[in-house]
Amino acid sequence: MLKNTLFPKKEARLYMAFMHVTFASLLIGGLMGLLQTLSRSGQFKLPFGINYYTILTVHGVILGLVLTTFFIVGFQFALMGKTVGISDKQRKWGWIAFWTMLIGTIIAATTILVGQANVLYTFYAPLRAHAAFYIGLALVIVGSWIAVFVNFRQLYVWKKANPGQKSPLLAFMVTINMAMWFIASLGVATSVLVQFIPWSLGYAATINVLLSRTLFWYFGHPLVYFWLLPAYMAWYAIIPKIIGGKLFSDSLARMSFILLLMFSIPVGFHHQLTEPGIDPTWKFIQVVLTFMVVIPTLMTAFSIFATFEITGRRKGHKGLFGWFKRLPWKDVRFLAPFIGMVAFIPGGAGGIVNASHQMNTLIHNTIWVTGHFHLTVATTVILTFFGIAYWLVPHLTGRRLTPKLNKLGIIQTIIWTVGMTIMSTSMHIQGLLGGPRRSDFSNYAGGEQVSTWISYQVAQAVGGTILFIGIILMIYIFIQLAFFAPRGIQEFPIAEEEVDADPTPKILENWYLWIGITVALILFAYTIPVIDIIKHSPPGSLPFDWPIGR
Amino acid sequence: MHLHKYEKIWLTFGLGSLALFLVIIGFAAFWKGTHPMSHIETIDPQNVEAHESFKPENLGLREVAEGKYAVNIVASAFNYNIGTDADGKPVKKIRVPKGSTVLFQITTKDVVHGFQVAGTNVNMMVEPGHVSRLETVMKNAGEFTVVCNEYCGIGHHQMFATVEVYE
Repeated sequence: MLKNTLFPKKEARLYMAFMHVTFASLLIGGLMGLLQTLSRSGQFKLPFGINYYTILTVHGVILGLVLTTFFIVGFQFALMGKTVGISDKQRKWGWIAFWTMLIGTIIAATTILVGQANVLYTFYAPLRAHAAFYIGLALVIVGSWIAVFVNFRQLYVWKKANPGQKSPLLAFMVTINMAMWFIASLGVATSVLVQFIPWSLGYAATINVLLSRTLFWYFGHPLVYFWLLPAYMAWYAIIPKIIGGKLFSDSLARMSFILLLMFSIPVGFHHQLTEPGIDPTWKFIQVVLTFMVVIPTLMTAFSIFATFEITGRRKGHKGLFGWFKRLPWKDVRFLAPFIGMVAFIPGGAGGIVNASHQMNTLIHNTIWVTGHFHLTVATTVILTFFGIAYWLVPHLTGRRLTPKLNKLGIIQTIIWTVGMTIMSTSMHIQGLLGGPRRSDFSNYAGGEQVSTWISYQVAQAVGGTILFIGIILMIYIFIQLAFFAPRGIQEFPIAEEEVDADPTPKILENWYLWIGITVALILFAYTIPVIDIIKHSPPGSLPFDWPIGR
Repeated sequence: MHLHKYEKIWLTFGLGSLALFLVIIGFAAFWKGTHPMSHIETIDPQNVEAHESFKPENLGLREVAEGKYAVNIVASAFNYNIGTDADGKPVKKIRVPKGSTVLFQITTKDVVHGFQVAGTNVNMMVEPGHVSRLETVMKNAGEFTVVCNEYCGIGHHQMFATVEVYE
């Protein structure tokens, strides 16, 4: 592997294009987040008559769908380029993917900004946005599918050229993530293309609301694993190299990705536990399937800390925790993802509450949920992505992460941790007290309960402000790494296997088997309840424009 | 595939906890009957008045038996219709004595709404074409804010009511 050789310029430009959109999205989406928390504190009014729900929709779409998808597709292209290579033709298709996604983003974002799509990023029917919003989103997904098939093709070509060899671990992981993304996004794509677009254009009079929500959540939960898996790629296969160690176990990493593929899709009902019209037994079955991801999560936690300890001991650090104390805390490429890992402990515990058949009732649609995913995606995932960007961006631009930028990165990580601790903790508490999510500032009917909620909303504004300072700093670091840092060669860290590692069983690369089991589980979990939903459909819903101010 | 001894212990402990946890929530669901709200009853969202419970005169609080109440509500953007009082004014507050059993029945005429009595276990999605029902015992006295907790449009945060549980 040519880790210390830079990519050819033509290749690096493609991967960097995705990074530019990522960090532009961070700035725009982050600004919206700041405005939301300030507005919800009750101390500030949004200027120029801007609607709270417009900025909330921008925040969700730009950060949840655009930033994540662009970073992931770009990062995964870079991983594939480094491990299995990319041909000129594949690179051209990569650009087609990029432009399709970008055009879709611009169409959707413009529709939101002119106030024609105040429907939030979940766009629940029968609220009807302008058709351009749905068409824009469909283009983002179609663009990402092009990337999916380019990645599949890259691995296929490599396998043909290297018969009998096991695929590089990172290329295998990218393929798993893209397989999951493709299977899952079929649900939302079906809903958007068959239900929303004809209905929003007036070709269909009514829409089946429950079916559209079920198709959305068939996609909505794997979506969060689509964000998480690239972070896992870094934890398994990149962080060990950064700390000077080796891969813990190639087969274990592959097995855990396979389990994540199987158990991330047939689980969407745990987002719909308090909804009418779905049989509770099927809800329960999907709850059980949801909890199966505990297995690969525990495997991941074990192997990461085992790598830390093995590496430390090999370097001669003694005592029970000597290896821990001497981890490279001053290297931001390690520190940022490490804090992400720590945040995943309360994040995962909160997730267990959310997906529980009964406990869910207490927190469903409260701001607890917002606190939860600001720990998981906005801390665990995003800090790992930042941790990747610190070396990936300079590697792509032929520059270096200087000690000064490294230090700024550490300060950024600390600011993020402090801001998010304040914001997420107060969201969790307010949610337990019944405070709703996705709501503009309101005194409701007044009283003690509401004034307690508002005091936590003030705390969220403090946390949100600190986080925005962190975003400004991150943008500064990105611009430095992209355009101004001194020229040089920044390492693309990929961990290697131990010399005496056990061979990886061939069965782990049997795609027919694993995708077959995945599809079988989906069919098991969804066929009967979806037939029930269709069979017991109420009269369809007419579109509603006026509630969103159209 | 080789697993380290410690990892086997770790996974055995983890899987054991997981199994125990699932048995507990399964037991609570199927033996104790604590399933989340899941009614399969449908309704025409454009004609909710055709349903006995949602006729205008049947909206609001009724005592159906000693210590047992039913509340019928029609949600629409951005209001909960809980019937009218003696003066013909819309009801904004539901008052029930402590310890009473209350059945909340709610449907929507337009978009998706939420219905949460904050501080209690009453939390349901309200979707066009479906009836949402949840029965609970009001064990604690106090004023509880009812909030729409699913985004229903730009007046979403102005959609609320109050439940007062008196001694």
